[in-house]
Amino acid sequence: MNNLKKKKNIKLLQGNEACAEGALLAGVRFFAGYPITPSSEIAENMARKLPKIGGKFMQMEDEIASMAAVIGASIAGLKSLTATSGPGMCLKQENLGFAIINEIPCVVVNAQRGGPSTGLPTKPSQGDMMQARWGTHGDHPIIALAPSTVNEILTLTIKAFNFSEKYRTPVILLLDEVIAHMREKVEIPAPEDIEVINRKKPTVPPEEYLPFKPDEDGVPPMANFGEGYRYHITGLVHDYKGLPTSNSQEIDAFIRRLHNKIEKSIKDIIIIERYLLDDAKIALIAYGSVARAAERTVKLAREEGLKVGLLKLLTIWPFCSEEVNKLAQQVDLIIVPEMNLGQMVLEVERASRGKCRVVPYGRVDGELINPIEILGKIQEEI
Amino acid sequence: MKTIIDNYIRKEMFPNIWCPGCGNGIVLGAIIRAIDELKWDKNEIVAVSGIGCSSRITGYVDFCTMNTTHGRALPFATGIKMANPDLKVIVVMGDGDCSAIGGNHFIHAARRNIDLTAIIINNMIYGMTGGQYSPLTPTGKFGSTAPYGNIDQSFDLAKLATAAGASYVARGTVYNVRQSTSLIKKALDKKGFSVVEIISDCPVSYGKMNKMKSPVDMLKWIKDITVSKKIWEGLSSDEKKGKYMVGEFLSKDRPDYTELYEEIIKKAQATGGNK
Repeated sequence: MNNLKKKKNIKLLQGNEACAEGALLAGVRFFAGYPITPSSEIAENMARKLPKIGGKFMQMEDEIASMAAVIGASIAGLKSLTATSGPGMCLKQENLGFAIINEIPCVVVNAQRGGPSTGLPTKPSQGDMMQARWGTHGDHPIIALAPSTVNEILTLTIKAFNFSEKYRTPVILLLDEVIAHMREKVEIPAPEDIEVINRKKPTVPPEEYLPFKPDEDGVPPMANFGEGYRYHITGLVHDYKGLPTSNSQEIDAFIRRLHNKIEKSIKDIIIIERYLLDDAKIALIAYGSVARAAERTVKLAREEGLKVGLLKLLTIWPFCSEEVNKLAQQVDLIIVPEMNLGQMVLEVERASRGKCRVVPYGRVDGELINPIEILGKIQEEI
Repeated sequence: MKTIIDNYIRKEMFPNIWCPGCGNGIVLGAIIRAIDELKWDKNEIVAVSGIGCSSRITGYVDFCTMNTTHGRALPFATGIKMANPDLKVIVVMGDGDCSAIGGNHFIHAARRNIDLTAIIINNMIYGMTGGQYSPLTPTGKFGSTAPYGNIDQSFDLAKLATAAGASYVARGTVYNVRQSTSLIKKALDKKGFSVVEIISDCPVSYGKMNKMKSPVDMLKWIKDITVSKKIWEGLSSDEKKGKYMVGEFLSKDRPDYTELYEEIIKKAQATGGNK
């Protein structure tokens, strides 16, 4: 017992600190950012800790430049991170698209605050769920993860880096102001207990390297700039060589591959937790800080004899449509509490295909949704 | 016959997309000759560009190359250089790309004095989108969005870069290619943020709208509006109007950003702990 206790590295961390810790464990070596509430502590932690391990921190002139620098550093071989909130996330969209089309691994944290515009800088929100999916223009896939505890912030930050490297794609980590600023007990895993994934490198000599020719998993091996593989990267739709193409067959195959490399690995990417759902007749579906309240609601409802369960999403994009569809066939009612006026509920409605009643419960006054009000909503609906 | 140029280009990308008479090819040739004179290893060179006709240069050269988003070439290049300071990073931009949408990135790259070489091909117009006026279009000249003449005052990029903290600042033209090649070579070789503006021609947009229909007319005009430093210094302020000084404006030694950051790493590691 004593031995076990000794091994555990328990710390009281703020959500943003846990994000920084997770990034370091995942191997981050570059951070570029711009000050913004409620994500600034991530930058501050990176500024202190990165140079200690030979990494680099840069405070850029704006959010656009931060995203660009992160992509540049990743192409030159460093695992890279940026962190922001709504207004900054808007500015990052342009270069986020560049990272998607060029399959550049990187992690972008959005600690959600109320919006639109400057909105509510110090209050939580889940108003950016659809922005995470569709914020940058064009038809594109995205991976977005959403922790609901400080411990999950740490583990999902590591996951975010792993997914970004494995699938060569930017990954969005959606926090909200409450979990970003909250302090909780965190178990820091030992480095040997963590799976750290690094990007696939080419196995062919430079003269045979086709930088955008995928392997069977749909992901092309990535040579970093400066490793002797000279090639072109462009925001234009490109062929296997990375050169611009206007050949409609090549364009079609390219765009479909970007989607398919994520779609075909959906089982690996989608992380969900089922809480007391086995016998449930009513299901709550929630993520982030709302999932904490929803979990409590389930306990309260069970005390009253109501068969309520929770589907907690840790991966919000791609959306767990199959799981929701199955759930819709089992339960009579799904309630979707979220800190907006109906974003995730649209996905739930789509996935449940009319198999059960789907009811939104939204709150947009900058306050957290509490367990009692979700319980009230359940009682109102049954 | 094989030329120096052949050793540095991606032949499958030719013919290029540029219009007949465009100055971009002249600048491309000057950059390649400068690199060849420096005997740099192609594997260590990264060329980054933004969006526009001139930014297509990166597609034509056989280095690690990146054609990024409009105006953002410098922050992309900054990330690359920070991640691997051994790489020699060249940034090619157009006048609108660098001074309008990328203006903030330009002054901050200069302020940091990060070791990049910025080459701005200034044809005084947005060529790719059809001839709209840019922040470097001279006052009174015409563009497709300045059909009654441009009332904006134009930037002086050399002064801007100097004031913002660059280590090397020069201006050349596509008319005087030898001088431009030599200025680019010095800029490439200089530690810190180096800026070379090359005044170029866009006969199909700028020329057409400003009574210079042939490339030759435009080159003659470039010759007429540019003067050497020596002559410039003897001109009265009235005589300087509408003219551009060409040559080297500034060459000073100042620690570059990547060197300064190495000092930060040493400091952070010396203090120990995890605070």
